[in-house]
Amino acid sequence: MSFVKGLQCRECKHGYEVAPIHVCEFCFGPLEVVYDYEAISKVLTKEKILSRPPNMWRYQELMPLDQEPTVGREVGYTPLIRADRLAKVLGVKELYIKNDAVNYPTLSFKDRVVSVAISKAKEFGFKTVGCASTGNLANSVAANAASAGLESFIFIPHDLEQGKVLGTLVFKTNLIGIKGNYDEVNRLCSEIAAKYQWAFVNINIRPFYAEGSKAMAYEIVEQLGWKTPQHIISPMAGGSLITKLWKAFKEMETLGLIKKNTARVYGAQATGCSPITTAVKKGSELFEPQRPNTICKSLAIGNPADGFYAARVMRDSGGWGEDVSDEEIIEAMKLLASTEGIFAETAGGVTLGVAKKLIEQGRLPKDESIVLCITGNGLKTQEVLLGKCGEPQIIEAKIRQFDELYEKMGA
Amino acid sequence: MAKVRIPTPLQKLAENQAELEVSGTSVKEVLANLEAKYPGFQERLYDDKGQLRRFINFYVNEEDIRFADGEATILKEDDELSIVPAIAGG
Ligand SMILES: Cc1ncc(COP(=O)(O)O)c(C=O)c1O
Ligand SMILES: [Zn+2]
Repeated sequence: MSFVKGLQCRECKHGYEVAPIHVCEFCFGPLEVVYDYEAISKVLTKEKILSRPPNMWRYQELMPLDQEPTVGREVGYTPLIRADRLAKVLGVKELYIKNDAVNYPTLSFKDRVVSVAISKAKEFGFKTVGCASTGNLANSVAANAASAGLESFIFIPHDLEQGKVLGTLVFKTNLIGIKGNYDEVNRLCSEIAAKYQWAFVNINIRPFYAEGSKAMAYEIVEQLGWKTPQHIISPMAGGSLITKLWKAFKEMETLGLIKKNTARVYGAQATGCSPITTAVKKGSELFEPQRPNTICKSLAIGNPADGFYAARVMRDSGGWGEDVSDEEIIEAMKLLASTEGIFAETAGGVTLGVAKKLIEQGRLPKDESIVLCITGNGLKTQEVLLGKCGEPQIIEAKIRQFDELYEKMGA
Repeated sequence: MAKVRIPTPLQKLAENQAELEVSGTSVKEVLANLEAKYPGFQERLYDDKGQLRRFINFYVNEEDIRFADGEATILKEDDELSIVPAIAGG
């Protein structure tokens, strides 16, 4: 049973029937899924949500599927932890981490969007799925396509991290490395998508795919006791996630699941690829594309398709955008690990690094609730930390050697 | 003459052709000549303020024109102009 009314152009509002299409024929604006909220509010109550298994399909009525999901039934409902030790270092009172670094099955928030995208692709009857990816999407499409028994074609910049490449190949997909950056991969993929009749999760399936991100926000609200955080910080690549977090908060208000959406939304990028935060800081609606140069490859999109909307979310919510250097990213990855025991990938370093900077700037108040969206796992981007966390002490299996070492360590 | 690659949603305007030969020495000129030949393009490619629409990317020989001179970017004989709708990332 679906509550989807259809697709609608975000720009000129022209309506379309549900189909594997993604741009408006009239103005090229992106298409978005429209729901019948009145009907949803009659069936989706807090009691109903709480009675369901702990995964993102607790919010199934707000996902654009006609049938039960066939891919990624177990995705989502990741921990929201209170991060008091990190809060102390940052000098703030109430800090939480939404930990999608432990999402199922491929350890990033992309498992959310992909479970929706591939379930939808199956509804449409596609036998082959594909994507252009900066790494995490590649892992998730490959894994979920394998478990769905679909063939997959995945396109990535050729120089991604080992963990992301191997973590894709293992699922026996067709992985194609492009000599170029992500924006070049994207341009090629739009040509491929026009020629081959596949479900490209981030191209012709994009309106459905993008909806999956909303679940992260629904869960945060539920885990906070049915209220929005006062401040939430999200990493940005194409700018889709942050846009959908905001949509989800507004939907919960519309549905009466919360009294009021009072969240301020902040976007985080790496300085080496910061087209969105640069536009926000300049107060400009026009984006200058960039040629990415950062260790944070997962966020290295120089020409962000949803950048315009992401900037608007930050402005409308009263948030802000900020970016951090590669050194700050590494420091933040280590800080998160050593205070909270969470090993996040580079994008997590971006999020925490930006939070720290915003607190120092006084843009984030010290006595209000703050949620950090940690969206990917550090085991996938290990090379950036090589030689930056010390080395193990090697000794022989003799107690004397350990005693000496212990003394030397001055513990 | 420049080669212009037409995205699927606009091919209807050009008798279903995916590639056209259009004269002109800059992006702006080529797009104007395209409009003269196949009316309807201008309205789709420009917003009501006369700016190129923000959700379309233009590439001359694979290079985003915003890295060059935007609409004023020069097109030489046999250069290729691609019109590509923006797509999401990840
Ligand atoms: C770990 C991680 N976080 C955040 C993002 C940002 O996603 P979006 O493109 O929706 O802004 C990505 C995108 O690839 C990602 O891999
Ligand atoms: Zn439109």
